[in-house]
Amino acid sequence: MSKQVCTFYLENQIYGLYVLQVREVLRCQELTTIPLAPGAVRGLLNLRGSIVTTVDLRRRLGLPPDESGEPATNVVAQTATGLVSLLVDRIGDVVEVEAEALEPPPGVLPEPLRSLIANVCKLPTGLLLILNLERAMELDAFPA
Amino acid sequence: MSRPLTQHELQQQLVRELVVESMEYLDQFDQDLLAIENKSNDEETLHRIFRAIHTIKGSSGCLGLRELERMAHAGENLLSWHRDRAMTPGADTVRALFRFCDALRGLIHQLSNGPEAAQSLKLTPEHQQILADLNSLHQALKQEQLGGFQDSDAGSFGLFADEPAPPAAPSAVPAPPVASDEPAPKPAVETSVASDTAIRVAVSQLDVLMDLVGELVLTRNQILGHTSALLDPGMAKSAQRLNLITSQLQEKVMKTRMQAVGHVWNKFPRVVRDLSKELGKPVALVMEGSDTEIDRTLLEAIKDPLTHIVRNSLDHGIESPERRRAAQKSPRGEIKLRAFHDGGQVVIEVSDDGGGIDRERVLRKAIERGLVSPDQASAMPDSEVYGLIFSPGFSTAEAVTNISGRGVGMDVVKSNVERIGGAVVVESEPGRSTTVRLKIPLTLAIIPALLILAGGNRYAISQASLVELVRIDEEKAATAIESIRGCPLYRLRGQLLPLLYLREQLGLSPDGSGGALLLLVLEAEGRQFGMIVDDILDTEEIVVKPLGQELKNLSVYAGATILGDGRVALILDVLGMARRAGLLEDGCKKRATEDGFAAAADTEVLLAHIGSNRQVAVHLDSVARLEQIPVDRIEWSGNSEVVQYRNSILPLIAVGSVLGVPPSGDTRESGKIPVVVYSHEGAQYGLVVDRIVDIVRCAAAINPCANRPGILGSAVVAKRVTDFLDVPALVSVSGVVSYKSNSWGLF
Repeated sequence: MSKQVCTFYLENQIYGLYVLQVREVLRCQELTTIPLAPGAVRGLLNLRGSIVTTVDLRRRLGLPPDESGEPATNVVAQTATGLVSLLVDRIGDVVEVEAEALEPPPGVLPEPLRSLIANVCKLPTGLLLILNLERAMELDAFPA
Repeated sequence: MSRPLTQHELQQQLVRELVVESMEYLDQFDQDLLAIENKSNDEETLHRIFRAIHTIKGSSGCLGLRELERMAHAGENLLSWHRDRAMTPGADTVRALFRFCDALRGLIHQLSNGPEAAQSLKLTPEHQQILADLNSLHQALKQEQLGGFQDSDAGSFGLFADEPAPPAAPSAVPAPPVASDEPAPKPAVETSVASDTAIRVAVSQLDVLMDLVGELVLTRNQILGHTSALLDPGMAKSAQRLNLITSQLQEKVMKTRMQAVGHVWNKFPRVVRDLSKELGKPVALVMEGSDTEIDRTLLEAIKDPLTHIVRNSLDHGIESPERRRAAQKSPRGEIKLRAFHDGGQVVIEVSDDGGGIDRERVLRKAIERGLVSPDQASAMPDSEVYGLIFSPGFSTAEAVTNISGRGVGMDVVKSNVERIGGAVVVESEPGRSTTVRLKIPLTLAIIPALLILAGGNRYAISQASLVELVRIDEEKAATAIESIRGCPLYRLRGQLLPLLYLREQLGLSPDGSGGALLLLVLEAEGRQFGMIVDDILDTEEIVVKPLGQELKNLSVYAGATILGDGRVALILDVLGMARRAGLLEDGCKKRATEDGFAAAADTEVLLAHIGSNRQVAVHLDSVARLEQIPVDRIEWSGNSEVVQYRNSILPLIAVGSVLGVPPSGDTRESGKIPVVVYSHEGAQYGLVVDRIVDIVRCAAAINPCANRPGILGSAVVAKRVTDFLDVPALVSVSGVVSYKSNSWGLF
């Protein structure tokens, strides 16, 4: 059984979400900041009338901030409770992955990355990290 | 749907419709049956309940639900017998029909559980018993009539022969209608079963419609902005029309979601009837304003809390008839439901004329549970004490009943109400009444809001919590704000108003610009406070949208909205903001007039003097008698003075010494002391005062005082500052023992 994964880049590393989780991909949007919100929350975005929380995925995964000056891309994803938007450096291709190519995240990965990765997928071109979306949105459990 | 329904699917759909429809019929059935029981029925009532059951029987028969049909048939038989003779069912029959209705409801409820449930619908022995009861009632009625005229319709209604009835038990003979001494109130709610002019629409459909209209409103705002720049008269005209139509559409769509509170109240007469029978407390239910409309989702959300409050009022609030008699009240209690609009909110009150909340008992329990320390307890204002009953796991019920007393519930009530942006307050007058007041926003969807600016971001504040706006000029700004130990305060017309700086609360850098200060006076939980903002922008009707699950812990926001320019603005939650800033704790000034409507309770009070010159007041309702007691009749019991009074022992409480007022010294010289005999919860106490002055009507607002146990508050009565005595508190402070006795006669 193969599944399609929507990929994106952070710090030149390739990450992915299953396409069924992804609603749409947007260019950089105007955000309203939320004082007092967890640090990884960048603000609120108006997606055609729905208000969507936008999370800085770099910060969430414990990566250094983006200094390239390039505008970030929003990956709007569907969670059990609603829509969220993830800020990523740039969007990649949709790839097919086989179930055999998936492995649990290796223990050497640093936290919080290890808890937020569902699987590591061995692609011919490199390793694709598949995000555990629900975990990544539990912002209180892992204060960023 | 593109393909035709299969037989099975069609059956499923029909069953679903049967469930919805039957439930509606049964609700109506309940109300009509109640009307019959209260003798407030008319000719139509009997026909209506007959038709309801007849329809349910018919539909269940068509769908092959034999068991349901059998059940309905038994009820129908009994009803048709009454209907044909235009005879009002007697008390026994009504009781049996209530059980029948519940059984039917239970069976129909099972149907909603899916296709298997419809197949496996079985009558339990309990159901069989109800069936048998109905049949034997029917038989007994027939027997009774047989002498008079020939029964022409034995089993004539329906398709099959009647169940063989067991021999009629003597108890099954219908009792003559029970004579009741008081005329029963007519149920205030009259609803009609859905007629041809209404259709059923899924709520989710309306939600989508609402969202789309919200979007349309925003687009309209943008178009209006663009056209004003274009200076094209044709375009401007179209834009104007678009504007008008959009507003009307928005209003109408909002209307579709409104429902009268009567929809939820309808089931209360039945709840109250059953409970009052069970508890042996006769209670009249009065409903006012049942046509007040409120957003459907909100109504749904307050359904359970309201039911809980009503049950609670009956169980804890209303005393037993004996106690009520002892307190000179009518043995029949009253629970009153009231709904009305109040400044963009809907207020729903549940009040009872019961014993009120016992402050000391609540505090004792709270101290036991470690919710407050004994020191805090004595200083707590009543409203906060009453608020304690909403703490999780809190119950003052001495015995756990199956109705209430398990300490679950009131906290759920509070959290449910607050979740929808409402508030709940309790007021109580010891010995007289308790009122639980829910304040519910009219609609969750669209609220009038004030837009303000802080740190470059716009925020919205619901106008419901806004009291006034104050501008403090530049030259006064530096000195106008005073502070006590770092807490900023502002003197607003002589009253100290605690303040918070919005920037500071939101963790933004302070505003260094100087200049005039803009102050919003806000109200939360009956207390006012000021909020300093950078700028006040405009008022706007905003569409409230919830924040994502990942931000649920931010209690300072009530949601977010999309402004005319498409940007998102956060909506500040005034209550959450005040809590965060610690402004709702002790020592904050409570508004004297508690929302305006509770203020002027016109009551009769007894005025007395204690010490050399202090005037105190006691509510007259609790005063049993005034006595002059000869000093030589005073005896001692334990540590307190008592007198023999009407074959019992009356403990005396020297009000002056309990309140720490120096005695004037001349009272006992005269050989007699004036005593106010006060009854509370079946016990009587003698309040020793120095002089009884007068009985007056007073409509003055009592200013609650925080830390004087034994005093409710003070007000100006008869041109003098008067302390209102909190007698239950006085009793517990004085430490006297009550002598409950059965010998108290009614004077």
